Amino acid sequence: MQNATASIVFFALVAAVLVLGFAASRWQAGGNLGHIEEWGLGGRRFGTWVSWFLIGGDAYTAYTFIAIPALMFGAGAVGFFAMPYTVLIYPILYVVFPRLWRVAKIRGYITGPEFVRGRYGNRWLALAIGLTGIVATMPYIALQLVGMQTVIGALGLPGHLPLIAAFAVLAAFTWTAGLRAPAMISIVKDLLIYLTVIAAVIVIPAELGGFSAIFAKVPAQKLLLAAPPPGSGGAYTGYATLALGSAMALFLYPHTMTGILSAAGPRVIKRNAVLLPAYSLLLGLLATMGFMAIAAGVKAMPQFAGGFAKYGASFAVPALLLNAFPAWFVGVAFGAIAIGALVPAAIMAIASANIFTRDIWTQFVHAPSQQGETLVAKLFAIVTVVGALAFILAIPATYAVQLQLLGGMWIIQTFPAIVLSVFTRFFNGWALLAGWVAGIASATWLAAANHFTGSIWAFHVLGFTLPSYIAFATVLLNIVVAVVLSPAFHAIADDRARDETTALDYL
Amino acid sequence: MIRILLLLIFVLALAVPFFNRAAPSLFGFPFFYWYQLLVVPLGSALIYIVYRVEDRQPRKEAE
Repeated sequence: MQNATASIVFFALVAAVLVLGFAASRWQAGGNLGHIEEWGLGGRRFGTWVSWFLIGGDAYTAYTFIAIPALMFGAGAVGFFAMPYTVLIYPILYVVFPRLWRVAKIRGYITGPEFVRGRYGNRWLALAIGLTGIVATMPYIALQLVGMQTVIGALGLPGHLPLIAAFAVLAAFTWTAGLRAPAMISIVKDLLIYLTVIAAVIVIPAELGGFSAIFAKVPAQKLLLAAPPPGSGGAYTGYATLALGSAMALFLYPHTMTGILSAAGPRVIKRNAVLLPAYSLLLGLLATMGFMAIAAGVKAMPQFAGGFAKYGASFAVPALLLNAFPAWFVGVAFGAIAIGALVPAAIMAIASANIFTRDIWTQFVHAPSQQGETLVAKLFAIVTVVGALAFILAIPATYAVQLQLLGGMWIIQTFPAIVLSVFTRFFNGWALLAGWVAGIASATWLAAANHFTGSIWAFHVLGFTLPSYIAFATVLLNIVVAVVLSPAFHAIADDRARDETTALDYL
Repeated sequence: MIRILLLLIFVLALAVPFFNRAAPSLFGFPFFYWYQLLVVPLGSALIYIVYRVEDRQPRKEAE
């Protein structure tokens, strides 16, 4: 086996991290893990640094680290939308989430949909928001597996056994330690990722003759966005709305929401809005590895032909690392990517389980005791992990990619109900539900018209062509519907008295 | 209203026609790339300023 050294390092790292996951159940042992706020939210006790690692490891996933350079490698400059995207999430984090954290802490909410239910006294609206979260998260978990599968494949290991083994252990420590497990692992994972990327952006450009030589080898049409034709926003509006829409959606995902709500307080969140951009910088440097892969010419190398045939552009970064680094370091880098898949996958499973328990099971099936509540959550987390694994083994990865594309367009439709409701009670719960229906339906319709491959749609407005990220355009429709219908619905059935939160809860 | 600085981040990050150019390049990076990388620490610095100013203001009664 040619990759024996790399494989040994890889498995040693992954195994070490899994042991750490189990050790996490003993960490901060003050809390009672039988309580869902402890299991599913780490007891809302994480300080600035643990939150920094946790949210960073949660939002910047293995899939991101593979997909963004792959997009640069395949499509060029448009892949760099990841920069404005991951810049704009932070002013949003700073303004919105300290308020949401306060009301969640005071009222005991552990999920976004719970806040919506408390705000509007409408469990059907909360159900719609909760289901959106779970459905959008499923393909996201599946894609973490794809990220892991790609590096396991690049090591030349056959079969699905390593993947299944890793996820069996993941399910086990998620069960015992809850959110503390990924919090602890994310510290190791992020240090490995930083090490890998910093080494890559120092070593590889030196081998390729510097960054000017790398950019010089990128074809002109990939280097910049195409200038828009007259009367059209062209690639410019597409790029800007892709960044803005993605930024609006990111912290609405259950896993990122869970990461934020597990912080010890509003100041921890605000400090992290300042500190987390370090990950964006890392992602930017990583994105340039797509261009390094072009300059190194890995696609034409015979030893990587099989990998590219199987994994497409996603194979660009693994191929580049295999080409540039000694075997032991390849093991470290691939280990970082694989562990980078486990952290968000665990948080996604926990976050989905919190929603299932609090917003579906408790509300519509049976209201269990405190212990029973945690048991329901644990069982659903296991179902989620097994489901994602079955999904990825049974169907081609391209479907997961397409579903994740749709997931982004769906999750953004919870923006009015969650984010706008943090600031105003202008809306009527049923009007928000109508807006949600309009947003989900139009987004799905447009994505289908694009055959689920493109996320940009060219809208024709007053003689102008404005290509826009579908998620962004449809959430505007969603907001307009909710704004127009709210006064009318209040006139028929005013639900403003059903708000269980008070103005002071947010300050 | 120090939070107006946060709006500036949106302007800097979304001015696509302004930054979609190759020159001037810096350390081998075309303008498009180094500008957008630069906006990351810039955005962080602006949020830090807002945080420091707001954190120094007297706490609201509710807290």
